[in-house]
Amino acid sequence: MKLFHVEGGVHPEYRKERTQEHAIVSLPMPRILCLPLKQHAGAPAELVVSSGKRVKKGDLLAKAPSGVSAPIHAPTSGTVVDIREMASPHPSGIAQPTIMLRPDRKDEWSSDLPPAIEDPFTADPAVIGERVEWAGIVGLGGAAFPSAIKFGLRSKKPDILVLNGAECEPYLTCDDRIMQERAGEVIDGARIMAHALGVSRIIIAIETNKPAAIAAMTGAAMAHSEVTVAPIPVQYPMGSEKHLTKAVTGRETPAGKLTADVGVVVHNVGTARAVREAVRFGRPLISRVITLSGAGLTRGMNIEVPLGTMVVDLIEFCGGFKDGKAPHRLVSGGPMMGQPLPSLEVPVVKGTCGILALTKEEINEQPTGPCIRCGSCVSVCPCGLVPLEMAGFIRHDKLEEAEKAGVRDCVSCGSCSYICPSHIPLVQYFNYAKGRLNTDDRDRRKQDRLKLLVEARMARMEKQRKAKAEAAAAAAAAKKAAAAKPTPAPTEEPKASA
Amino acid sequence: MTEFRHDDRSGPFTHAPNSVRTTMTTVMLALVPATLFDAALFGWPAVNLFVVTIASCLAVEAGCLKTQGKPVRATLGDGSAMLTGWLLALSLPPWAPWWIGVLGAVFAIALAKHLFGGLGQNVFNPAMVARVALLVSFPLPMTSFVPPRPLFTEHAPGFLDSLAITFGHAFQLDTMSAASALGTIKTELSRGVPVSQSMGQTPDLWHMLIGIRPGSFGETSAILILLGGLWLLHKKVITWRIPVAVMGTLLVLGTIFHGINPERFSSGLFQAISGATFLGAFFIATDYVTSPVSRSGQLVYGVGVGFFTWIIRMFAGYPEGMAFAVLLMNALTPLIDRAFRPRTFGRTRSGAPLPLPQRKSP
Repeated sequence: MKLFHVEGGVHPEYRKERTQEHAIVSLPMPRILCLPLKQHAGAPAELVVSSGKRVKKGDLLAKAPSGVSAPIHAPTSGTVVDIREMASPHPSGIAQPTIMLRPDRKDEWSSDLPPAIEDPFTADPAVIGERVEWAGIVGLGGAAFPSAIKFGLRSKKPDILVLNGAECEPYLTCDDRIMQERAGEVIDGARIMAHALGVSRIIIAIETNKPAAIAAMTGAAMAHSEVTVAPIPVQYPMGSEKHLTKAVTGRETPAGKLTADVGVVVHNVGTARAVREAVRFGRPLISRVITLSGAGLTRGMNIEVPLGTMVVDLIEFCGGFKDGKAPHRLVSGGPMMGQPLPSLEVPVVKGTCGILALTKEEINEQPTGPCIRCGSCVSVCPCGLVPLEMAGFIRHDKLEEAEKAGVRDCVSCGSCSYICPSHIPLVQYFNYAKGRLNTDDRDRRKQDRLKLLVEARMARMEKQRKAKAEAAAAAAAAKKAAAAKPTPAPTEEPKASA
Repeated sequence: MTEFRHDDRSGPFTHAPNSVRTTMTTVMLALVPATLFDAALFGWPAVNLFVVTIASCLAVEAGCLKTQGKPVRATLGDGSAMLTGWLLALSLPPWAPWWIGVLGAVFAIALAKHLFGGLGQNVFNPAMVARVALLVSFPLPMTSFVPPRPLFTEHAPGFLDSLAITFGHAFQLDTMSAASALGTIKTELSRGVPVSQSMGQTPDLWHMLIGIRPGSFGETSAILILLGGLWLLHKKVITWRIPVAVMGTLLVLGTIFHGINPERFSSGLFQAISGATFLGAFFIATDYVTSPVSRSGQLVYGVGVGFFTWIIRMFAGYPEGMAFAVLLMNALTPLIDRAFRPRTFGRTRSGAPLPLPQRKSP
């Protein structure tokens, strides 16, 4: 298959060999599951259960409000023991309402599940979209964007579905294992997605450092002429949606647009499998495969875990930390774009693709030095930006200049920080700037709205005042007219003469 | 269980095994062959000058850091001051007196680097600022080259003699000086001798290539400099753009004008391997801090360095123009950085979002 050149990128040490050969194992049901109401991009889900309620596997725990959101279902049968504020798996450790579910170890499926869609390929695409929405499926590659919304992209008439099996982050091998072990399910899921989107071509993009996955997927794709497996070069951040689209289709998404605007919808391989579960079996998203790795861990593993499992339980399952020593850093996701975890007492959520216990040597964190303008960050930036210049603007609080220099086009892949010989945390500057710019935008919008409201009120008041004045004038005139005719008002006389 | 320290350091949580120190060390390693060759070629006085220049640079750097209250040990350890000293030493006449090295260190480190804010902030290449300042202030010792006197040969000064040369007044300019090839041609041309004739007085191309010729300490052996440069390319410390642009420009301009008037202009090949061309193209013009950061910018910059070098060599008062050309282009670097940027993903060169493609409905 013809591939297209993508600029920039880095080649970090992948360290996938630690878990690449480890088949997916199931985690024994933990003692407690903690399900935060916001596990996805968008608005938090809304509680529909209260403390003390007994639920079965697959029962709805929290429903999605309208807009961007996703519902949450019970990963197993048990009792809702509490609903309380708990630290979320986010570096801030900000607390959010969390459902505490104590499993009863019976793992009984709910009887309220929707029926299986027997033949998805003849089903109405809208029905499939609704099913995905019901199942609470989000992008399992890490972004956790509600998948149902991407099914709505059918309106943009895409012609290619790209299945993202790049897994370009070091350490992570969960997608690799899914493709190796569940190739048929992934391809079935992808074909269901393609039907729902109305596209006729599926490209499954896999980096060449996953030969077993490429072989398995190629074998499973043989029976379906519309499916192509594309081995793509190992080049971080190849898994970035827009860059992957460019690499396999040659189509470059214009700034500020979606890949669907150039006719391509991208889904993660794990997401495809979850879609299949929802459509063919009527099962919601209640578990996911994650990679546990890092030199700070006794052994690395790929585990299928119920959502809500505490990280501490997972670490224990992997034999604890190496030599009982706490690692230098605990990271959720890959080492390039992952987030540091605030503690071990946080749950696995829908977007968690890995938990890494990293040692100081692996991280190679050094004190920051001055920029020597070596230009490495410029040559590795996959977005064609000039990171050193943007960081300079942001350091001097010139956010507008940074915006002009393109900070909003940055995908935060971290390649610049990775390569910087002076160890300048460049991507941190950009995330800060993007956050500030977004807040400013929101404030500006709020102010604009406020201004509009105030203006509208003023206009209304003015109108009212005018109306009142007119009415008063009319009344006065009427009075005057009335008074003038029968008995002229004596008080008017001097005024008129004056 | 374990509590993790929560701070606002974000990812990535992995880093390339590189550092400023590694970069600087790699560049210095690349200079070792040429330095050893020329040290042997010009003997102990050259070694003395090398040691004095680098020691002075380190001392001035330490002094500047200390007066500014910056960490001395860590910054000295990054190797940048040592590299500056090394490059400066290589660009001096090998038998120059000690004070040339010391004064050069002050120009390079104190004036050109720390007055501008230290590492990464300087607009001009420190070694070249020092070289040019010395050349303008002390033209005689800065243009007094010696013919090669390899170590342990009959005419080579012993170590004690060398101390007298570097630190005393034993260097008899009139008896020992020799002109560089570029110098010979310029002088002869000013006397009305055409290039085609004066070329006979310069070392042949082969001797120029391997470096058996008079010249600055480190610039004579084009081949060893090239070897170091190629190694830097291999180690990805530099890219091909600046060196190729500099040398290509010299080669092309030289060839064209030599073709037009061989009596007035020396050949492109001679331009490319004489003087400081190789050292300048691979080690001086590629200085990170003072050259553009984008690929297209680096090409423009390299062409500029080559162009000005040729202009100065051909039409100005100095036989060699590399240092001046580098400084001129250093001054233009901020402008080049502004004008030549990579294209942003999803945008046109002018910065507008790419137009949406016209797709036929499936």
